[in-house]
Amino acid sequence: MNLRAIQTIYLFEMDRMRRTVAQSVISPVISTALYFIVFGSAIGSRIQQIDGVDYGAFIVPGLMMMTLLMQSISNAAFGIYFPRFVGTVYEILSAPISAMEIVVGYVGAAATKSLIIGLIILATAHFFVAIEIRHPVWMLAFLVLTCVTFSLLGFIIGIWADNFEKLQLVPLLVVTPLAFLGGSFYSIKMLPEFWQTVTLFNPVVYLISGFRWSFYGQADVGIAVSLSMTFAFLVVCLGVVWWIFKTGYRMKP
Amino acid sequence: MQPILNVSGLSKTYDSGFEALKKVDLAINRGEVFALLGPNGAGKTTLISIICGLVNPSAGSVTVDGNDILSDYRAARSLIGLVPQELTTDAFVTVWQTISFSRGLFGKRKNPDYLEKVLKDLSLWDKKDAQIMTLSGGMKRRVLIAKALAHEPQILFLDEPTAGVDVELRRDMWEVVRKLQQTGVTIILTTHYIEEAEEMADRVGVISRGEIILVDEKAELMRKLGRKELTLHLHDPLDSLPASLNGHDLELAGEGYEIVYHYDTQGERTGITSLLKDLGDAGIRFRDLQTKQSSLEEIFVSLVRGRK
Repeated sequence: MNLRAIQTIYLFEMDRMRRTVAQSVISPVISTALYFIVFGSAIGSRIQQIDGVDYGAFIVPGLMMMTLLMQSISNAAFGIYFPRFVGTVYEILSAPISAMEIVVGYVGAAATKSLIIGLIILATAHFFVAIEIRHPVWMLAFLVLTCVTFSLLGFIIGIWADNFEKLQLVPLLVVTPLAFLGGSFYSIKMLPEFWQTVTLFNPVVYLISGFRWSFYGQADVGIAVSLSMTFAFLVVCLGVVWWIFKTGYRMKP
Repeated sequence: MQPILNVSGLSKTYDSGFEALKKVDLAINRGEVFALLGPNGAGKTTLISIICGLVNPSAGSVTVDGNDILSDYRAARSLIGLVPQELTTDAFVTVWQTISFSRGLFGKRKNPDYLEKVLKDLSLWDKKDAQIMTLSGGMKRRVLIAKALAHEPQILFLDEPTAGVDVELRRDMWEVVRKLQQTGVTIILTTHYIEEAEEMADRVGVISRGEIILVDEKAELMRKLGRKELTLHLHDPLDSLPASLNGHDLELAGEGYEIVYHYDTQGERTGITSLLKDLGDAGIRFRDLQTKQSSLEEIFVSLVRGRK
């Protein structure tokens, strides 16, 4: 086990975040805070409570999840795509490190960044809306699980992408709609029955529902279902990463 | 002495069906400078890339100091430093950061003294805190060498180290290679500049269309394959060669003022004595003569041509 290599990749990536703090930390925090201001403070007071929770507070978990998904994916995707794009990936491939160590370094750093962003957003939310966290341990668990899972997805996208457009494609065309339609701003119980069923095919529903449960004890789907769906997605991502390194897909001809 | 690098039966066929390497066998001795010569697309970079772990082999095996590059990849790769052909560097980090990264990636404990020495040897020490993007192309090339040396490798691969580099820097680069060799590092360089191989290499391998067509000591190679050329400058021009000289392999050049004779230095008889006698008998007088040894470049070109 080349622990020093994992540490080196991890710290190098974290340092990239430090260098680009405005883009990688401040901007997602500000754009999320704008949602709190508009939907939470400004028009939130005119919207009725959902499941006994003020609307402003209700949307906090969903918004956090949405930002985490986007950030995890784009951080991890960019983290591995950039060395491939400029060619510095040769050094990583020629180093005495295993595929697992590469993944832990890159995905670990991307997940850490999203986790930091998530916690900053949570702290920011306090300024605009009154939130409570009923199950803080579960909340953290969901947070970490989501960051890791979607950083893995981002890593996969970063290897699949062979141009900058593809790098943006999945986050913008797939993840954003799924996050908006996954109950960030509403409870899926508010939908007509047919659409409720359709929504259950959206994996983001389980993340948001479980995460919201850790805040307010309310969930659209059972917490056990939420957890197992998230884990299942994690396992799928791990499987794809394993396949990528086994076949050398887009990395080793 | 056991070779430090052993390639046997190595083949590579890309997904496109292109056969880049065909059963290549090659052994590199410890501490030598080995030049791999070949035209573009001959398989030089593919060979290096497989040894360094960038490309998967299709068949065959490679061992580095006895360690298989697939089953003992950690041990094998730890011994190797790679300087790629393209100037692929990070842009925003400093020279010091990038070489520290390289060292860490190879799992080596921090050693600022060693890294300082590497930078000083490459005349990069005063640039250690400069962002890489601010450096010139030649300096970036040095940074790549510093990165490759950061983990104290025993074998250094230089893939076209002087491609696109000006003459002065090329000389500097040769100097760097010589210094490295003195520290006991085995150096394998690919190039299509023959003068580079002629200048630096102990041994030369020629690769063409995925096959190593020849490996030999540089001096031996030049002796064996080197042909000499004798040029006779005539007093009076000739319209054509007299029939009495038909037995010799001659060419008339320089508007009839020169007779060129090719001969093999390895041959039992060079044929010079009889040529001069026949010239005398034919009444051809010459005012000067010169001989020239063919360069590695000419040898190389004739070798590669001969295969086509």
